[in-house]
Amino acid sequence: MRRLILRRLVLSVVILLAVSVVIFCATLLLPGDPARAILGQQATPERIAALNAEMDLDKPAIVRYFYWLGGLFVGDFGYSTSSGGPVSALLSQRLVSSLVLMCLAAIVSVPLGIGFGIYSALHHGTRRDSAVTWVSLALAALPEFVIGIALVTLLATSVFQVLPAVTMAPPGVAPWRLPSQMILPTITLALVVAPYIARMMRATMLDVLDSGYVEMARLKGVPERRVILRHALPHAVGPVAQVIAIQLAWLAGGVVVAEFLFRYPGMGQALIDAVNFRDVQVVQAVSMIVAAVYVVVNLLADIVGILSNPKLRSQS
Amino acid sequence: MSDSAAVALTGDGPGGPDRSDAPGEEAGAVKESASRPVPILRRVWAQSEGRIGIVLTAVIVVLAFAGPPLAPVLTGHGPTEFAARPFQSWGLFGTDELGRSVASRFLAGGTLLVVYAVAATAIGLIVGAAFGMLAAYAGGILDAILMRCNDVLLAVPQLVFAMLAIVVLGSHGWVLIAVIGLTHAPRVARVARAATLNVINEDYIRAAEMYAMPRSHIIFREIVPNVTGPLSVEAGLRLTYSIGAIASLSFLGLGMQPPTADWGLMINENRIALSIQPWGVLLPVLAIAVLTIGTNLLADAIARATASTNVEGL
Amino acid sequence: MSTAPSTASTPAVDGAPSMVLRIDQLRVSAVAGDEILHGIDLELLRGQVLGLVGESGSGKTTAGLACLGHYRAGVERTGGGIELLPREGEPVRMEDLGADQVRSLRGSRVAYIPQDPALSLNPAMRVGEQIREVLDVHGYGSSAREREARVGEALEDVGLPSTREYQRRWPHQLSGGQQQRIGIAMAFAMLPDVLVLDEPTTGLDVSTQAHVLDTIRDMTRRHDVASLYITHDLAVVAELADRVAVMLRGELVEEGPVHKVLHDAEHPYTRRLLAAVPDLQGRKQLTHAVPEPGRATERAGTAEGSEHAEAGRDTPPAAVESAPAPDGGADDAREGDLLQVRDLSMRFGSNTVLSGIDMTLQPGESLMLLGESGSGKTTLSRCVAGLVDGYEGSVSLHGEELARSTRARSLESRQGIQYVFQSPFSSLNPRRTIGQSLTVPLELSRRLPRGGRRAVVEEALDTVRLGRSFYDRRPGDLSGGERQRAAIARALVNAPSVLVCDEVTSALDVSVQASIIALLNTLREERGLAILFVTHNITLARHVSDHIAVLNKGHIVDRGTVDAVLENPTHEYTRTLLSNIPQL
Repeated sequence: MRRLILRRLVLSVVILLAVSVVIFCATLLLPGDPARAILGQQATPERIAALNAEMDLDKPAIVRYFYWLGGLFVGDFGYSTSSGGPVSALLSQRLVSSLVLMCLAAIVSVPLGIGFGIYSALHHGTRRDSAVTWVSLALAALPEFVIGIALVTLLATSVFQVLPAVTMAPPGVAPWRLPSQMILPTITLALVVAPYIARMMRATMLDVLDSGYVEMARLKGVPERRVILRHALPHAVGPVAQVIAIQLAWLAGGVVVAEFLFRYPGMGQALIDAVNFRDVQVVQAVSMIVAAVYVVVNLLADIVGILSNPKLRSQS
Repeated sequence: MSDSAAVALTGDGPGGPDRSDAPGEEAGAVKESASRPVPILRRVWAQSEGRIGIVLTAVIVVLAFAGPPLAPVLTGHGPTEFAARPFQSWGLFGTDELGRSVASRFLAGGTLLVVYAVAATAIGLIVGAAFGMLAAYAGGILDAILMRCNDVLLAVPQLVFAMLAIVVLGSHGWVLIAVIGLTHAPRVARVARAATLNVINEDYIRAAEMYAMPRSHIIFREIVPNVTGPLSVEAGLRLTYSIGAIASLSFLGLGMQPPTADWGLMINENRIALSIQPWGVLLPVLAIAVLTIGTNLLADAIARATASTNVEGL
Repeated sequence: MSTAPSTASTPAVDGAPSMVLRIDQLRVSAVAGDEILHGIDLELLRGQVLGLVGESGSGKTTAGLACLGHYRAGVERTGGGIELLPREGEPVRMEDLGADQVRSLRGSRVAYIPQDPALSLNPAMRVGEQIREVLDVHGYGSSAREREARVGEALEDVGLPSTREYQRRWPHQLSGGQQQRIGIAMAFAMLPDVLVLDEPTTGLDVSTQAHVLDTIRDMTRRHDVASLYITHDLAVVAELADRVAVMLRGELVEEGPVHKVLHDAEHPYTRRLLAAVPDLQGRKQLTHAVPEPGRATERAGTAEGSEHAEAGRDTPPAAVESAPAPDGGADDAREGDLLQVRDLSMRFGSNTVLSGIDMTLQPGESLMLLGESGSGKTTLSRCVAGLVDGYEGSVSLHGEELARSTRARSLESRQGIQYVFQSPFSSLNPRRTIGQSLTVPLELSRRLPRGGRRAVVEEALDTVRLGRSFYDRRPGDLSGGERQRAAIARALVNAPSVLVCDEVTSALDVSVQASIIALLNTLREERGLAILFVTHNITLARHVSDHIAVLNKGHIVDRGTVDAVLENPTHEYTRTLLSNIPQL
C-alpha cells in the first residue's frame, strides 16, 4: 500500500512539473517586451536593459524557467507588471480569501450532494428520485454566473432584499469578518458543485445496490439500514472521493466567476485584472497555484480510494 | 446474468435439420425484430427529458439565428444604434448603459455564442476522440504517454486555461474557440479511451485482427460504430460546458468585445443597473439558462437511449 | 391468500420426511407484463435435496429466490405463495408477513447459497465478520462468546480453518472454492430449515466442484435441512438430489424421484434434455438433431466397439488427402501432418503459461485439448491461430512453418486455420449484419469478385443450418446458439482445413451444445475438416473427438486416443479429473 501511495505522490509531482513547463511556455508566446511594458513612459534603452538584466530576461528561456521554478518553491512568483510590486505580496491575502470561500462552498456542497444522491438512489424509480434527478440535471447545466445572478435577483435586489449583492469590505479587513457578505458567493458555488456530486453519488449507489453482495446481505436477513450503511456505502467512498476531488478542482475555476460577480476580493479578481492588464506573471502564478490545488486534492482522493479498498490496502 | 430474462433457449427438437435453436415464440419474435435498430433520435424523443431538451434547445437556436435579421425590423433599432437615454423604460425591455435597445441587442446576441460553442465542441470532440481511440487501440507506451499528457492538461481548470491563452494571444474569436475546444479534448479523450477499451476486448475485434483486416478498417468499421453512443453523450455534455464557458468569459469581459451584441457581454454591461432596469441582465441570463438546460437534458436522454442498446455484446 | 389451509402441517412421522416448505401455485411476472412463472407447485422435504433443473430463461432462479420471499427489481409476485413450516413455531405464509418478519426468516430459517461467491461476498468485509453478521442480526445464542464459538464451528463444519487469523482474511485472499465454503458456512450458521442453492458450483473447476458438492451433501444430511438445488447440470443432480423437478419456460413439466426422472422420464422435454447431456462413455447419440444414417444404432457397444466406430469416423468421404489410421501416440511427426505444433512455449512476463507443447493434427481428425481454467488452453489455441504472437517454437501447416502473428502469415495459411471464439455474444459486431460480418474473410482473402461473395456466405449459412434469411439480421436478433452457428459459418466461408474451436459450447445451454456438436461432427464428415476442440468438459470427449491431449499448468500431461486416455489415464491429474466428474 505504501508503495502505491508513494507512486501516486511521485506522479503528482511529475504532473505539477509538467504543468509548470506548459505555463512557463505561455510567456514565450507573448509578443512585445515586458520591461518596456513595466517602465511605460519612462522607458529608455538603458533602463530597459537594466530591468532586463534584473529580471534575467537577457538569459535563455531554459535558464529563466529554472529561475522561475526555483522562485516558486520559496514563494517568489516574480514581479507584477501592472502594480510593479512582487506577485506574492499581491496574492497572499487574496489566496487565503479564495481558499476560505472554496472551503465554505465545499463544506456546504459535499454533504448536500452526498445526501441527495443517496436519497435519490434509495428511492430509485419513484417521484422523489425523478424530482432530484430533474433539479440536479437543470442546475448542473447552469454556468456559475447564471446561478449567481438568479440568486442576486431573488435575494438581494428585485424580489427580496435580505442579503448584500456585493462584498464591500474596507481595505485590510478580511471578507469573512462580514459573514452576511459570504452567504451568496458560498451558495452560488455550492449550487454549482452539489448537483454533480449528487448525480455521481446516485449512480454509484445504484451500482452498489445492484451488486451481488448487497443482494446477499438482504438474503441473509440483514436489516435494510445496516445493508445501506455497512454493505453499500463503504463501496461508494472511493468513487465519490474521486468525483468530489474533480468538483473541488472545478471550484477553483468557478471561484473566478463568483468573485467577479460578487466583487469578492480573492485570487479570481486578481486574475481577471491581470488578464485585462496583460500581467502575465500574475496569470502564471495563479494558474500554478490552481494546478497545485487540483493535484493535491486529486492525490488525497486517490489515497482515500486506496485506503477504502481492502484489496489495495492489504497489498504489500 | 439473470435467469429470469424472459428469453427461452431450448434445443433442437428431433425435427428437421433446418430448425434453429429457438423454436416457437422466439422464432416469431426474431422475424419481427430482424430489422434495423430503432434510430437513436426516436429513442431520445421517446423520453420526456429528450423531448423537453430538444424543444428548449431548438427554441434558443431558432432565436439565435432568426434574431439578428429580425432585430431592426421588430424593434426599429439596430443592436448597436443609440435608441434613448441609458437605462430607461423605453419600448418593451428598455435601454442599456449606452442607450441601445435591449430587445434589439437580445435578439442579435445569441448567434456568436451558439456558433462558437458548436465549433469549440466539434474541435474538442474530434481531437479528443482521435487521441483517446488512438491511445486505447495502440496501448502500451503510446497510451501511457498520451494519458499522462492528458493528466497534465486536466490539472488547469478550463476557465483559467482560457485566461492564460487570452492574456498571451488576445481575446479573438478563434482564440476562444480553439482554447475552449482544446481544453475539452483531454476530457473527451478519457471517455473515448474508456469506450474504446471496452470494445477492443470484444472478440469481434480479435476476429478482425485474425482476418488481418487493415487497421484503418478496424478502427472505422469495427470500433467507431460501437463508441458513437458514449461519444454522442459526451458531445451533448461538452456543448453544455462550451456554452457556459464562452458565456462566462464574455461575462467576465474577456470574451466577446464591445460593441458586439452578445448575451454574456450584455450581462456584464448591464448588471450595475440590475435593480433599476433588470431586463438587460435577465433576458440573456434566461436565454443562456434555457439553452444549457436544454442541451444538458438532451445529453442525458442520449445517455439513456444509448445505454439500452449497448447491452449488446456483453 | 391467508385463508389457504395448510395441508401438510403435520409433524414428522417416523420414517416419512416431513414437509418444510411448499411453493403453492406461485405466479411471478415482470412488472412490464410478461409472466415468468406460470403457477409452480413444489414441496421441500426435511433431509432431502430437490434438484430444480432448467435451461437459461426457465425461471428457476426466480422460483428459488421466491422461497426467501425475495423478488428482484422489476419482478413481482402475482399469485400463489410460499408456505414455510419451520421446526419450531407455527407454519407461516411468506406473503402474509410484513417486511421485518420476512427478514427475520431469511438467513435464519431459509438460507441462500449464491452462484458466484466472488460477487456475493462483500469485498470490504472480513470473512469471519460476514458469518458473524448472520448470527448477530438474528440474535443467535445469548452472548457474544457463544456467537464467536458458532462462527468457528461453522467454519470447521465446511472444512476451513477456524483460527482468528483465517477469520480476519478478506474474500479476495481466498480461492474460489474456499469462498464458496464461506458461503456455505454462512448459510448453515443459523442451522436453517430450508436451504436454497443457486448453481453453487458453476464456474468452479471439476475437482473443486466435487469438494463443494461433498460438503453440501454432508451438511444437508447432518443438519437435516430441506434443500432446493437449482442447476442446469443434470449430472450434478444425479449425484446429489433425492428428487428432481424440471422447469421449462416458467412451467414445471416433470417432478419425481431422481431415478425415475433420469431413467424413465415422462415429459418429452425432459427426455430431450437428458438426451443432450454428454456422457463420458459416449453411449448416447448426442447428435439426434442431425440425422446421421449408419451411425445412430451402432454406438452402444463396448470400448472396442466404439474404437471401431471412431476409426471409421476418421476416414471421412470428403478427405481426398492421405487419411492415416489413428494411433495412440500422436507425438511422432509424419509427412502427412496437417497441423504440427513443435516445442511451443509462451510466457507473459515472468509467468510461463505454456512450455514444450508438441501436438499434431491429421486431416479430418478431431483433437480435444482438455484443460481447466488457467491451464493455458486458450493461449495455446490462439498461438495456433496466430492471435497471440509472442511464443517460441513453431506451428506448421502442411509442413510449412507459419509466421507467429496472423498479419505476418500468408493468405493461404490464414485461410487454412480458422478460429471460433468462446462467446457468441462477443464474437460478432452488434452494429453490423450477419452478412456483413461473414463477408469480411472473403473480402480480405480477395478470392472472389465482389458479386460472388454473397452466394458463398449464403451457402455457409445454409451449411450451419441457419438459412439465408439470416443474411440481413443483426446479432441482437439472434439467440446464443444461432450466433454461434453464424460464427462457425464465418470460419467456413474460406474453406479452411483446420477449425480451432475454443470452448465454443461453454456459454450455451446443453441442448444447444448438443446441436452445435452435431453440426461440428457433420462438418468433419462432409468436408474432411480437422478440428482442434478446446474445452474444460471431458464428458464431451467421446462425442467430438478421437484424440485427446490433457493440458495442466502449461504442460501436456496425457495424450492418445480418447479411449486410451479415458480407460487408462497415465497421469495423476487425468485420474483425479476423471474420478471427480459427476455422471448421470
